Amino acid sequence: MKHMNEYRDPELAKLYLEKIAKTVTQPWSIMEVCGGQTHSLVKNGIIDMLPKDITMIHGPGCPVCVTSLSLIDKAIHLAVNENVILCSFGDMLRVPGSKISLLEAKAKGAAIRILYSPLEAVKIAGDNPDREVVFFAVGFETTAPANALSVIHAHRKGLSNYSILASHVLVPPAMEAVINDKESKIDGFLAAGHVCTIMGNAEYYPLSSQYKVPIVVTGFEPIDILQGILMVVRQLEQKKYVVENQYARIVREEGNTAAQKVIFEVFEIKDQTWRGIGTIPKSGYAVKEKYASYDANKKFSITIDEAPEHPECISGEIMKGIKKPFECPQFGKKCKPSFPLGAPMVSSEGACAAYFHFSGSVEV
Amino acid sequence: MPDSNKLRMQLTCPMPKLDFDIITLGHGSGGVLTNKLLDSGVFDLLTNDILEERHDGAIINMNEKIAFSTDSFLVSPIFFPGGNIGELAVNGTVNDLAMCGAVPKYLSLSFILEEGLKMTEFWEVLVAIKFACENANVKVVTGDTKVVEKGKGDKIFINTSGIGNVHPKANIGKTRIQIGDKIIVSGNIATHGMAIMSIREGLEFESTIQSDTTNLNHTIINLIEQFGNDIHLLTDPTRGGIATVLKEIALTSDFGVDIFQRDLPMDDQVASACELLGIDPLYVANEGLFLSFVDASIANSFLEVLQNDKNGKNAKIIGSVVDTHPNQVILESSIGGKRVVSMLPGEQLPRIC
Repeated sequence: MKHMNEYRDPELAKLYLEKIAKTVTQPWSIMEVCGGQTHSLVKNGIIDMLPKDITMIHGPGCPVCVTSLSLIDKAIHLAVNENVILCSFGDMLRVPGSKISLLEAKAKGAAIRILYSPLEAVKIAGDNPDREVVFFAVGFETTAPANALSVIHAHRKGLSNYSILASHVLVPPAMEAVINDKESKIDGFLAAGHVCTIMGNAEYYPLSSQYKVPIVVTGFEPIDILQGILMVVRQLEQKKYVVENQYARIVREEGNTAAQKVIFEVFEIKDQTWRGIGTIPKSGYAVKEKYASYDANKKFSITIDEAPEHPECISGEIMKGIKKPFECPQFGKKCKPSFPLGAPMVSSEGACAAYFHFSGSVEV
Repeated sequence: MPDSNKLRMQLTCPMPKLDFDIITLGHGSGGVLTNKLLDSGVFDLLTNDILEERHDGAIINMNEKIAFSTDSFLVSPIFFPGGNIGELAVNGTVNDLAMCGAVPKYLSLSFILEEGLKMTEFWEVLVAIKFACENANVKVVTGDTKVVEKGKGDKIFINTSGIGNVHPKANIGKTRIQIGDKIIVSGNIATHGMAIMSIREGLEFESTIQSDTTNLNHTIINLIEQFGNDIHLLTDPTRGGIATVLKEIALTSDFGVDIFQRDLPMDDQVASACELLGIDPLYVANEGLFLSFVDASIANSFLEVLQNDKNGKNAKIIGSVVDTHPNQVILESSIGGKRVVSMLPGEQLPRIC
C-alpha cells in the first residue's frame, strides 16, 4: 500500500491539476477507454477537479457491459438446463440477459459459482467428473491469457468435462470503431493500461497516425490518470499525435510476450458482437479448432438468437461516448442498478453504474 | 477474546462423551436424542441458575429501562480466521445492546443445525459461545435446537436475542445528532469482512487477516460513564459497512455527513486485499467496530479515552455532521476530490479486472 499511496499523493495531484490548467488553451474531449479508469475518475472526484475545458468521455472499456445478450442467455441456459456447473467472474452475475441474470438463475437453484481464476474452474472439473464445468470466459486481452491457460491445463490433465464459453473483446478495434462513428467527437485517448501490459503498445501506432489522435497508455491510480490527461493535452496543444506510455512502470513496449504466446496457442481473432454497439470486425477471440472440445459454443450445440435490447436503453451511445449517463432520460428513473435496462448500469466498471453510485442516487 | 489455541486446549476438557459423532435429524426431534445432546454437556457448559430451571422460558428481574435486540448469524464458513460463528452470535447481540447504551445481561440462544454436522464442530462453537459470554459477562438463559435435513442448512445457523439495562447516563438516539458533531470510528475498518473473504471458496488468498469480532460492551459503558449525554449516537457498522450506516443516518435526518478518506483507519493487508479484489472497504462488513457521533466539545477527550482501550487503539475522528448538504454523505478522496457516498445496491461482487 505504501507504493500505491504514492499514486494518491494530494500534493502531486494538485501539481498535475495546475499543470493541466496552465497547458489547456481550448476545449478538448478525451476518452478514457477502460471502465476501471472511469471508476477511478468518478471515485476520486477527478472530473470536477479538471479545468472546464477538459471533457472526459467514457469509453467502451467494460467487458461485462459489452458481452452480448445471446451469450449471457446461453450461459444461463447451460446453468439451468444442462448438467453444468457454470463458473464466472463476479461482475457477470448481475448483468441482465434477455429475461433473467445469472444471479437470478443462481437463486433459482442453478449451479453457478463465482471464481477469481479460471484455473479454479479446471480444479472443479477435476473434482466433479460427472458434471460438465463451463467457465464463462469474459474479458479484454487482460483476462485472455489465464482463460487460455485453463484450456491448456485441462487438455494436459486429459479432462473431457471442461470447456469455456469465450466472450473476449479486443480494445484497438473498438477504439477504431468509436473514432469512425460520425457522432463521436474524441480528441485524444487514455488507453487501457492493463490491456497494454499484455499486448504492448504497437497496436496503437497505426490508429494514432491514421486518425491523428494522441493515445497515452495510462494506469488507474489518480496520479496516473492526471498525468495521462496532461500528456494528451500537451500533445493536442502542440498538434502532436503519437503514442506515449504513462504506465511505463508496468507496461513494456512489446507487452508480455509469454502471455501473448498462450493467447494465440488457444485463440484466434474473429469478428465479435458488442452489446449495444453491434459487430466490430476482428474484435474478439474464438477458441481454435485444435481445442474445439474445450469450446462450450461447440460442445453444447445451443442456438440462442440475439434478443433485442430494451428499446429505452441508450447503452450503445453511452459506450461510444456520444452521450453521458446523465443525458439518458431513464437514468436513475426506470434504469437503476437493481432494475437495469442495460449493462452499463450493472457492472462495477460500467459508466452508468459509476455515475449512479457516486452521484448519491438512492434506490428505495 | 479467547484465541483458537486456547479453544482447542479447552476442547479436550469439556468435550463430553457422545454417542454420535455427527448431528442427526433425531437431535432436533425434541425427544430422547435432543435431551441427550443437551445433557451431554450443553447445560453444564453454559450453566447458570436461570438456565438450570429448564423451564419453557426464563423468568428474570428487569425493573429498569431495558434494551432488547435480536440477530441471526449465517456466516460461511462457520470457522474463520480470528473466530467462529459461536462467538459472533454472542458478540453480535451483545454489541447491538451496547449500541443502545445498555449493559447486556441475558441472551437466548437458538440453533438450527444441519444434519451431518460434526459433533466436534458443534462443540467447538459451543465452547466459543461460553468464552464470549464470560468475556461479555452475559448469561444464556433460554434456548432452542432444531435440526434440518442435510442440504437444507449451512452447518449451523444461530439466532441470539438479548436484553440489558440501559445505563442511567446513556441518552442515545438518531434524533440527538447535531450539526457539528464529530464522527469517530473505533478502529480499523473492513477487517472482519476481508477475513471471511480471504477463506471463502473461489476467493481464497494468502493472508493473516483475522476477524476483529469481540464484545464492545465494557468499552462502551466506560465511555458512557465518562461522557454520558455528550455521546449522541453509537452504531455498529456490520453488514453494509460504514458507508451504508452513514447514508442511512443522513437519509433519516435533515443534515449531511462529511468524511475524509485520509482519516479512515485500515490495516495495510486489508487495504491491499480490497484493492486486489476491487472491493470498496467502505462497504465491507465489520464486527468489533463502532461509530460514535459525539459533541464536538468532547471529541478529542473521547478519542483519547477510546485509544487507551484495547478495542479502540486505532480509533480516529473520520468526519463531522454538517448542514451544507442534507441527506448526503460526501467523501473527500485522498487527492482532495469530492464524491457522494451511496448505499450499496446489492452484494459487492469481485470485479473482472
